[in-house]
Amino acid sequence: MSEARARARELVLEVRDLSTSFPIDGARRRVVDRVSLEVAAGETLALVGESGCGKSVTALSAMRLVPKPGLVESGTIRIGGKDVRTLPVTEMRRVRGNDVSMIFQEPMTSLNPVQTCGAQVVEGIRLHHRVSNAEARRQAGALFSQVGIPDAEARLDAYPHQLSGGMRQRVMIAMALASRPRLLIADEPTTALDVTIQAQILELLRSLQRDLGMAILLITHDVGIVNELADRVAVMYAGRIAEEGPRRDVLGAPRHPYTQGLLRSLPGRAAPGERLEEIPGVVPPPSQWPSGCRFSNRCPIAFEPCDSIEPERTAVSAVHGVWCHAVARDLGASEP
Amino acid sequence: MEPHVLSNLITAALAILLAAALLRARRDPLWRGAGRELARRRPIAVSVVALYVLIAGLDSIAWVDGHAPGAKAESGTLQGQARSVIDRLFPADFQERSYSAPLATHELYGEEPLLHPGKHLLGTNMIGQDVLHLTLKGARVALVIGGLTSAIVIPLALLVGVSAGWVGGRLDDAVFFVMSTLASMPTLLLLIALIMALGTGTTQVCLALGITGWVGLARLVRAETFKIRELDYVQAARVLGTSELRIVWRHVVPNLMHLVLITFALLFSGLVLSEVMLSWLGIGIDGSWGRMIDQARSELSREPVIWWNLLASSTALFILILAVNQVADAVRDVLDPRTALEAL
Repeated sequence: MSEARARARELVLEVRDLSTSFPIDGARRRVVDRVSLEVAAGETLALVGESGCGKSVTALSAMRLVPKPGLVESGTIRIGGKDVRTLPVTEMRRVRGNDVSMIFQEPMTSLNPVQTCGAQVVEGIRLHHRVSNAEARRQAGALFSQVGIPDAEARLDAYPHQLSGGMRQRVMIAMALASRPRLLIADEPTTALDVTIQAQILELLRSLQRDLGMAILLITHDVGIVNELADRVAVMYAGRIAEEGPRRDVLGAPRHPYTQGLLRSLPGRAAPGERLEEIPGVVPPPSQWPSGCRFSNRCPIAFEPCDSIEPERTAVSAVHGVWCHAVARDLGASEP
Repeated sequence: MEPHVLSNLITAALAILLAAALLRARRDPLWRGAGRELARRRPIAVSVVALYVLIAGLDSIAWVDGHAPGAKAESGTLQGQARSVIDRLFPADFQERSYSAPLATHELYGEEPLLHPGKHLLGTNMIGQDVLHLTLKGARVALVIGGLTSAIVIPLALLVGVSAGWVGGRLDDAVFFVMSTLASMPTLLLLIALIMALGTGTTQVCLALGITGWVGLARLVRAETFKIRELDYVQAARVLGTSELRIVWRHVVPNLMHLVLITFALLFSGLVLSEVMLSWLGIGIDGSWGRMIDQARSELSREPVIWWNLLASSTALFILILAVNQVADAVRDVLDPRTALEAL
């Protein structure tokens, strides 16, 4: 115990140079390109980016669930120290649900419509623990109360269509928590919910994390949610990490022009009547990604090497990294 | 084992299964709601189908009398033969020598007095059998055709359709090739060829109907499996560490059940009608309404016309098909996910 505590950051998820490709327009394109991530026990890492930037594929790669014809090409993924890419199938099945769990965006479709909610949670419990049906049901009832489902016992026998979206998302969370995973991957957990329910679910995730000491990999495009929940932030753009660091640094003093543009475009920061700033252009499809920095064709400060050489990580501080030639140049100039 | 003992055992097993299924359905709000809705929409059709099932069930319970008290010396063939509950509604020697009209007191030809004057509600056929009795016994044959064939078709279609849809790739190509090949052959020719090869008899005819009949359901199941395997709850089950086989069993197959039930209800009447067609071609099943219709066909040209034979069997058939189709329509309305939410 003391040894575990002595290590400053015990990593529950460690992704190194992960590349995942899909065949697009007749060629294999890396939609996730040399992405590295770390999630330490008990912390929340927010993976932020626009649709199609590779956030979800990164998460699915980590669970070894990339749908065909997608392929994890290279990199190492460790969940709780286990090498995900080389684990036998049955071992991997034990890791899923036990060490890491996931909740999805659409609570409307992520529950089986012909099974009661209770039966689905019971199934999740009995997959990983040798307990009787009655005991699993009791645990499921306890989980339901824990995720804030009122009248938990009765709700065990409810079918998904009898519950509201927020309740269904709570059932999903209960299922994901069944085996007390050390890491919860939340893929846009509140996108499909209305604002008041969003706040409730975020509050629930926060309190569960506090009580269970669970780490969360939060995948979102909503900077507001990042602000609510995240300890650290990784910003993804077009399959690559653009900027990564503590929330305060990345959201408070963003260095990457994409992060800066993203934050400037938030409605909350503009005065009433003022026009929101936007990032010019649109995210190109994977087949048209620039060969240098992926953001170079939309970047306001792009200069000579940007469209030909891919930027490497530049450390702004010990914990704050930016993948940008301009930042590297400025830092290099200021400290010769 | 004696055929009637086997029949009794199967009937008992089916009755227990049916009772268990009904009990389970009663406890489950989803099914209870569907059942209630079904009874509300089509009360008559549901009762008619239930009545046919009851008649067929009663006709499947048979036993041998120790002394065969009703049997007379001259109809010695009845001695030691198993008689069903339906048979017992009629006297054991309830047979004339030839045709007689409904409620007639004399034979149609020859004017000989009948053994049971005025007792044959629907007359007798060429060899003097009571038409009402035969018609009632036809219900069992019809339900056996529909039921046994469905028992072949549904598991086969589920197995083939789900594995093709789930695994995809080469297996799917192979399955689709077989299905297209079967579908491109004229069904009737295929049926005749199969019965030629398998021989006639209830099981053989049902097997032949099954082999020609599974493609439609398998196609539906395959397409639906394709759809389901991309759904979030399948992915969610994977994320929780569920094995593929278990996902198929717990999450895919139950979500196909509405398709299976709807198809079963629609298939059933088609199968009973197919047997009529086969009887007309001379390869049907003994004792079926198809056989009766086939035999009665030539009698229509007689003078005076013999209509009761044809009327009884085709009316019984017509009412069953009509009721089953109505129930099938209602089942689809109640269970189809697009309309089910409104019903509940």
